[in-house]
Amino acid sequence: MFVRNILSAIIISVAPVSSVLAAGGDTPPIPSQDWSFSGPFGTYDKAALQRGYKIYREVCASCHSMKRVRFRNLEALGYNEDQIKAIAAEYSVEDGPNEDGDMFERAALPSDAFISPFPNDNAAKAANGGAFPPDLSLMTKARANGSNYVHALMTGYKDKLPHGVELSDGQYWNTYFTGNKIAMAPPLMDESISYEDGTIETLDQYAKDISHFLTWAADPYMEERKRTGFKVILFLLIFAGVMYGVKRRIWSNIH
Amino acid sequence: MSNAPREKFDNTVVEWVDSRLPIFTMMKNEYGVFPTPRNFNWFWNFGAIAMFMLITMIATGIVLAMHYTADTKLAFDSVERIMRDVNGGWLIRYIHMNGASFFFIAVYIHIFRGMYYGSYKAPRELLWILGVIIFLLMMATAFIGYVLPWGQMSLWGATVITNLFSAIPFVGESIVTLLWGGFSIDNPTLTRFFALHYLLPFVIVGVVLLHIWALHVTGSNNPLGLEPKSKKDTLPFHPYYTSKDFFGIIVFIIFYAIFIFYMPDALGHPDNYIPANPLVTPPHIVPEWYFLPFYAILRAVTFNMNIYMLAGLGLLAVFMVEFIWRHKPKYLNGFLGFLLLVLGSGLAVFGLLADLNQGWEIPMSAANLAPISAKFGGVLAMFGSIGLLVILPWLDNHPIRSARFRPLFRIFMIIFTISVFILGYAGSQAADKVYFMEFNNTMLAQIFTGFYFMFFLIILPLLSRFEKGRELPKSINEAVLSKAQKAGA
Repeated sequence: MFVRNILSAIIISVAPVSSVLAAGGDTPPIPSQDWSFSGPFGTYDKAALQRGYKIYREVCASCHSMKRVRFRNLEALGYNEDQIKAIAAEYSVEDGPNEDGDMFERAALPSDAFISPFPNDNAAKAANGGAFPPDLSLMTKARANGSNYVHALMTGYKDKLPHGVELSDGQYWNTYFTGNKIAMAPPLMDESISYEDGTIETLDQYAKDISHFLTWAADPYMEERKRTGFKVILFLLIFAGVMYGVKRRIWSNIH
Repeated sequence: MSNAPREKFDNTVVEWVDSRLPIFTMMKNEYGVFPTPRNFNWFWNFGAIAMFMLITMIATGIVLAMHYTADTKLAFDSVERIMRDVNGGWLIRYIHMNGASFFFIAVYIHIFRGMYYGSYKAPRELLWILGVIIFLLMMATAFIGYVLPWGQMSLWGATVITNLFSAIPFVGESIVTLLWGGFSIDNPTLTRFFALHYLLPFVIVGVVLLHIWALHVTGSNNPLGLEPKSKKDTLPFHPYYTSKDFFGIIVFIIFYAIFIFYMPDALGHPDNYIPANPLVTPPHIVPEWYFLPFYAILRAVTFNMNIYMLAGLGLLAVFMVEFIWRHKPKYLNGFLGFLLLVLGSGLAVFGLLADLNQGWEIPMSAANLAPISAKFGGVLAMFGSIGLLVILPWLDNHPIRSARFRPLFRIFMIIFTISVFILGYAGSQAADKVYFMEFNNTMLAQIFTGFYFMFFLIILPLLSRFEKGRELPKSINEAVLSKAQKAGA
């Protein structure tokens, strides 16, 4: 049984294997972008989130699910209740069984999760040449340096291959993807999506916006977390100061 | 718990309870007037901090358990539901997740304190051993807890660690089957891990109570390592140390809060936000940071232990016990000792060389007879590295406790601490990572693993035999006063 030998496998055989990998697929360091959400007081940019959601809907959602995000969560993007109802109603979900025991289709409600493009993982694989398009709900948390990584991946496609590299059918070369050979075709290019708010329509901007949106999707409570943290730490600092005074006062009579 | 006559309380309700169950008297004796050395430094805060962390982990853990589902198909989703849909769930989970790390930070500093100031020495050996048991239970609990979210690192970390037990001769396979609840890591593994993760913290509470009980029998050690001789040497625990511990805990929580609110995932691994998939192995399987030094020791043993090495090490052990540890040899004379030393080291080195150079033509077929395989050797080294802590009070039987009065011990203790950090770094890197020339990460881990064992088995016994140490002050009070005078002058 192969699992049983995993430890010895790690110790002994990883050595030659990973050096081969390193030779073939080293990725350069991921460039850092300026994000409104970084830093202790960072917040999400609602306009960027809306643009990112548009990209997700129009491009990513044709292959990638996002099943941990619900329509009602879109409130954080600045949509009101009616807008969210309208967005949800554009999708239909299977519900049931009803009183007759039949499944039926109905319009999605704000309480429903984003509708997945494929009924199951195998269908997703079959439609994508055997490669599974992962769920995007947690993508920026599931990759090291996630927000920058998504931006780098979106902008990292190269038409010109390094010398001696050959791609098989359905493979693309991406500078930042582990092993460089990725099954996802370049999803974004300049002017491929039209923005209504006058933002420039470049690949770089698209990459920033989709990454912004995915960062929010993975970490929806980030703003609340940082706000709470500020209050908690401020309180603790004052409390610590008071307690230090108490301690000094109590100890003052013994030295 | 003592039979001393009970003092009456003024409050009638308190007195009514106390005369039937003297719980208020006990609290007063153990936490009110309990005589505590007056010269604690800030290192002595970490016991209270560890206690605070234990309570925090249990409180948040119980809430998480209300929302968690121990099923391989639902576990990951249930954790994400806690993060997204449970009110304040993200906060509770981040407190718990980072709490594990901060519990270990507190406990590691607590252990370092115990070693540096010789808190393990008589009459506190049992107190110390109970502490090592708590540490082991914490490691088990933390490891099992990391499996529960059922992410990629959960599954593959569990695979690597549970597989270690298969290295135990004869019973290994059965133990692994028992841990797994089947023939692979699957739903039965997750459900039993959840049950154990809920149980073990309460076992820890039990051992912590014994640990505190033992502490209150012998009293605390202190930075000078001297026993209090008179009332002048001690202070009542309350209000002096309650106020100091309270302040220390708040400062600790500030650091803890910075992680919870501003970098909650910094100490975790991104792969654990990918749902577990038995068909995809992550490129680097890394345990949580607090296991890294032990992981490095585990991976450092890449060679089999053949019978030459075992025989050589056995002879050296006899030499150490007879000539160093016992101070005066009981069974052997000097000539035999010399013979043991030469023969032992010769055999051990020869065995290692024979193992590394499989092509040797010398008729040393016995070198191929390795009762301890590399894998089992690694497991033994890893558990042995913690086992050494159990026998530490007997490895170091120097009469002086505190490193303040043992300059040589102090230097080696600091080098030891640094080497544990280096082992931690080695544990976080790929085994074949090359630093320069032929020198790779495995060799780095081997050198410092060697030092780790040498520190306990050779350096400490030698020091306790030969180190003279500085002159001790007459009493705690005298040392404190002369220090205060110096500072005043």
